[in-house]
Amino acid sequence: MITKSGQIPFSTRSNQDWLAALQEPASPEALTELREILLRGLRAGLSSRIDGDLDALTEDFAQDAILKVLASLDTFRGESRFTTWAQKIAIHVAFSELRRRRWKDVPLQTLIETAEGEEYTPALLTDPVAGPERQATRMDVMNIVEDLVQEELTERQREALLAILQANVPLGEVARQLNTNPNALYKLLHDARKRLQQRLEEKSGLKTQEVFALFEND
Amino acid sequence: MTKINVETLKILVHSILEIREDEIGCETCFDQLDKFVELNLAGKAPEQALPLVQRHLEMCNGCCEEYEALLEALEAIEAEGH
Repeated sequence: MITKSGQIPFSTRSNQDWLAALQEPASPEALTELREILLRGLRAGLSSRIDGDLDALTEDFAQDAILKVLASLDTFRGESRFTTWAQKIAIHVAFSELRRRRWKDVPLQTLIETAEGEEYTPALLTDPVAGPERQATRMDVMNIVEDLVQEELTERQREALLAILQANVPLGEVARQLNTNPNALYKLLHDARKRLQQRLEEKSGLKTQEVFALFEND
Repeated sequence: MTKINVETLKILVHSILEIREDEIGCETCFDQLDKFVELNLAGKAPEQALPLVQRHLEMCNGCCEEYEALLEALEAIEAEGH
């Protein structure tokens, strides 16, 4: 619906309206509306996740996100509301930058070693419901997996896997430090897990389903 | 040699056991995330409509973090009635 003033009220802008209004030269009114929406979403999505000046940060992120949205208009497939799609991009822009700042210059290996924590603690492995035999088999499996990580993975696979699982470094940041992209890193990790699964079957003599049964109540 | 703590090993064992051939990567997940989040907001079981996205979110800490923030962002905007 277009009002007499020629302005499209925010709540009635359809996806087609958004796309038309943001094509170059973008309508200043549409840009202002989009900025407002992204700002509100970013504040809500980030408020519990950052300590610094929320308003200043979200202003920066919204600005960067708008540029990215404008440059990506032709990839919008219309499978959601336009504003949901734009908000997704804004959140991604914000998290990419926050991760870069948070993890900047700390090598992955340092993060992994810092997270080593306690020495291997068999007590933690005990399952009060499981009998001693089951517990012993679980211990065997864990020991085998630990050896396989050291012996069967490439240095790059091992570093990526432990940075994510042990140091809780986000995948996107691990990708940045390893000079790759998240998708390629996910593939690298998929291959590593697959290799471990195959070798675990061979080395333990147990089928994956049997190992699964051992660990299903964790 | 890097030491692996016991919690990491447990997560790793699960991650190895749950591997599947049809897993999607971060890019494909991101492509479908707007649809997934709207299904969730509409109470329409996104995990059934887009199970591979659901699975990726369970496996990938980065994408999951962004999804949760996106959900909070959209819920806040909906609560304000736009």
